[in-house]
Amino acid sequence: MWIFAALVFPAQRKWSSIVNMADSGVTDGPEKKNDIERAKNEGKDLSKEEKQRLRKEKKHQKKSKEKKDEKAPQETPSAVPAPAPLPVPASESPVPADKPAKSKAELKAERRARQEAERASKQNKKGEVGQQVATGKTKAPQSELQPVVKRLPEHIQADNPDVLKKLAKKLERQQTPGYNATTKAKIPLRSDYGRKVSLFSHLHQYSRKAPLTQQLSIPSTVIHPAIVRLGLQYSHGIVAGSNARSVALLHAFKQVIRDYSTPPNEELSRDLVNKLKPYISFLNQCRPLSASMGNAIKYIKKEISNIPSHCKEEEAKSKLVNCIECYINEKIILAAKAIAKYSIEKISDGDVILIYGCSSLVNHILCEALEKRRKFRVIVVDSRPRLEGREALRRLVQRGISCTYVLISAVPYILPEVSKVFLGAHALLANGYVMSRVGTSQIALVAKAFNVPVLVCCETYKFCERVQTDSFVSNELDDPDDLIVTRKGKTHLEDWQQVDSLGLLNLVYDVTPPDFVDLVITDLGMIPCTSVPVVLRVKSVDQ
Amino acid sequence: MNEEELVEYFRDQLRKDPDTASAVAAIRTLLEFLKRDKGETILGLRESLTWARDCLTEVDSSVAVSSGGELFLRFISLTSLENQDLSRCKKVMEERGELFLEKISMSRTKVAKLCHTFIKDAAKILTHSYSRVVLRVLEKAAAEKKRFSVYVTESQPDLAGRHMAEALRKLNVPVTVVLDAAVGYVLEKVDLVIVGAEGVVESGGIINKIGTYQTAVCSKAHNKPFYVVAESFKFVRLYPLNQQDVPDKFKYKADTLKTVPNLSDEHPMIDYTPPSLITLLFTDLGVLTPSAVSDELIKLYL
Repeated sequence: MWIFAALVFPAQRKWSSIVNMADSGVTDGPEKKNDIERAKNEGKDLSKEEKQRLRKEKKHQKKSKEKKDEKAPQETPSAVPAPAPLPVPASESPVPADKPAKSKAELKAERRARQEAERASKQNKKGEVGQQVATGKTKAPQSELQPVVKRLPEHIQADNPDVLKKLAKKLERQQTPGYNATTKAKIPLRSDYGRKVSLFSHLHQYSRKAPLTQQLSIPSTVIHPAIVRLGLQYSHGIVAGSNARSVALLHAFKQVIRDYSTPPNEELSRDLVNKLKPYISFLNQCRPLSASMGNAIKYIKKEISNIPSHCKEEEAKSKLVNCIECYINEKIILAAKAIAKYSIEKISDGDVILIYGCSSLVNHILCEALEKRRKFRVIVVDSRPRLEGREALRRLVQRGISCTYVLISAVPYILPEVSKVFLGAHALLANGYVMSRVGTSQIALVAKAFNVPVLVCCETYKFCERVQTDSFVSNELDDPDDLIVTRKGKTHLEDWQQVDSLGLLNLVYDVTPPDFVDLVITDLGMIPCTSVPVVLRVKSVDQ
Repeated sequence: MNEEELVEYFRDQLRKDPDTASAVAAIRTLLEFLKRDKGETILGLRESLTWARDCLTEVDSSVAVSSGGELFLRFISLTSLENQDLSRCKKVMEERGELFLEKISMSRTKVAKLCHTFIKDAAKILTHSYSRVVLRVLEKAAAEKKRFSVYVTESQPDLAGRHMAEALRKLNVPVTVVLDAAVGYVLEKVDLVIVGAEGVVESGGIINKIGTYQTAVCSKAHNKPFYVVAESFKFVRLYPLNQQDVPDKFKYKADTLKTVPNLSDEHPMIDYTPPSLITLLFTDLGVLTPSAVSDELIKLYL
C-alpha cells in the first residue's frame, strides 16, 4: 500500500499542480516541475527563479492537500509537511469539476487515490471521520463547518510510533539544500530512556548520560558549534532557568548570524530562517523548548523575514544582531527593573516573604528591595531533586538578607509566619494558569488555605497563547536517575529498572490555577491573573 | 484661584446639591479652576490642575474624589493639544471637561436602568449604609411597580444607614433597620445583597464603608448573590492584597489624617472586599464580572 501510495501521490501532486497552474495561468507546469525534480535529485544548484517557483508550488500543494482528504500523511515522501491526524472531509466533488482537460490516465490515478484514501480512512482509528469522508463528497461545501481536530504538537506524542517516525524523517530532511548526498549529516533522534509512568507515557524522557552530541557525526556540517555547545549546556542543566535559557539562546543565535554568509542565488531572509530550523530541532531534542524560548524564536524569525531583499548582507546581519540585543534589553533587563519597581510597592517593613526555588526575577526584586532599605526577611523553600533553593539562598545571604531555609514538606508549618509569597513563573498561559517549577502549585494552594497573598512575577515575553488546565497534558520529564540518592552507603533505587511495577517520575513543571494567585506583576503593571488574555491582545495590537 | 477659593467652591457645590457624588462636585470644581486659570503654558496648566486635585483630596479623602479627578485630567488631556494658541487649547479642554461632566451625570441613570431588572417581584434586599446609587436603583425598581422590601444596616459609627432608611420610607418601600452585627442573622431571609462602592480597584474588588467585607463574606457563606453598583469614574488604579494594603489616606477621613497624631488609635472608615466575594458589578460601562474590571481599567487608563 505504501509503494502504491508512493506511486499515486506524485501523480496526485502532478494534477493538483496542474489545477493550480491552470488557476495561476502557467501552462507548462508539469514539464518544468519534472525538470526541477530531476535537478533537485541530482543535487544541482537551482537558480533563484526556480526556487521561487518551487516555493509557490509547495504552497499550492499545501492548500490543495488541506482541501483533500489525506488519510495517510506519514507515507508522503515529499518535502511538503502533511498535517497528521487531520480528518477534514474531502471536498473532492468540486475538485474534479474544474479539471476538464485531464487525460484518462490522470483521472484513473485520481480515482485510485480517492479509493486509497477512503480505504485508509476506514481503517483509521477515528471511525466517525470515515463516515464524514463517505458523506464528504455530497456535503463538500459544508466541510468547513464540521469540527477539525487540531494537530497535536509532536513533543507530547512520544508514545505514538508514527509520530516518532515522522519526526525522524523531518530531522533527516532538515539540511541545508544544495549539499552533496555523501556529506549529508542528519540531526539524530534522541531515544527515550527507562520505563515511563503510564500517565506520562506521551512525553519524552531522556537520560543525561546519553547526550545527543554522542550521536552526532564529526564534522557536523549542519549544526553550528555554538549551538552544539548550547544544546549540551541545556541537556546537562548547566544553563537552567527560563531567562537564562532564553538569553543563552539569543546569544548563540547572534553568533550564528555573525558567522552566516548567504550562499549564491539565495535570499538572506529565506535562507537564514531555513538554516535556523535544524538548530532549533537539535535544541529541542537536547531539551524541550520553553515558552520564553519559543517566543524569542518567533520574534527572530519575524525579524529575519522582514529584512528587505535589497538590503546588503553586512547591513542585514548587523541589523539582526542589533534587534536581538534590543530584545534582550527590553524584554528581560528593563522588564526586570520595571517589575522590581512595582514589587517594591508591595513589600512593606516587617514583611516575611516566602520564595520557592531559584527565580532570577524574584532574586532581583529582593535585592532591589534591600537597596531601597525595606526591612524584611525571607524564607526559602526548596525541594528535591534539583535543590535550586540553595542557589537562591546563597545569592540572598551574600547580599545580607536574613533568610530561613526549609524543605517543601515544612511549608504548612511555617506558613502562619509568612506575610507574602513571591513566586516566579516559567510561562503564563492564556487562561490565566501559571506554569512554573513543580511544587509551585502546592505552595500556592497551602498559602490560599492560610489566606496569605500569592504574588507571581513574570515578564510579558513569557506569556503564551496556549491553554492548559492540568499538568499532565504537556510537561517535561527529567532524567529519572536523578531521584536515586545514596544515603549511609546504601543506594536503594539503583536497580529500579529491574522491578517491573516500579516507575520513577521526575516532573519539571506544574500549573497553578488563577484562583490561587492574587496578583501578577508584569512590566506592564499589576494585573489579576485573569487578565492575561487582555495583555496578549494588547501586545498583538502593538505588533 | 487659590486654595481657599478652591475649597470654598468645592464645599459650595456639595451644599448646593447634596444628591451628587462628592467626586462630581470635585470635577465641577476642577473645571471651574480650569476656566479661571490664568496660566501661560499648557504644562503649567496641567501642573496647576494636578495641584488643585491634590488640594481637593486633602479636603475629602474618599477614593472617588481621587479617582474621579485622575480620570478627569486624563480625559481632558487626551486630545491633540497641538494648537499654537493657548486660549483655543483651553477652550478645547473646557469643552471636553463639560462633556465628561455630562457623561458622568448620566451614569447613575444608566446604572439604575441596568440593575433594576435584577430585582424581582417580592424580593428582599439587604443593603449597607447610605449609597445614592443604590437609592437610585431602588427608586427605579419602585417606579417599575415592583414590590420589594429592604433591610438596611445601621452602619456605625456615623449611623448613615438610618439616613438611607428615611429616604426609602419616602419612596413607600417597607424598610427595616438592622444592627451591623445582625447581618448573618438576617441573611437567610434575604434574596440578594446590593451595595454601592466608594472605589473599584484593579483586581475587581471594591472599597466601601466598613462592614461591607463582613456582609460579603456572610452572603458568600449563604450563597446569596452580592451585587455592587458603581459609576465608572470610581475605578482606581490601586491593587490591595488585603485589608492592611489599602493606603492610609483612604482609610480615614481627611480631618482625622491631619489632626490625629497616632493613627492606630483611630478606627478605619472603609474596608476592602476582594473580587472572589462579588457576583456582579453594575456600572455605566455595562454589567461586569470582577475579572472584567481589569480589562475596563486598562482601557480607561492606557
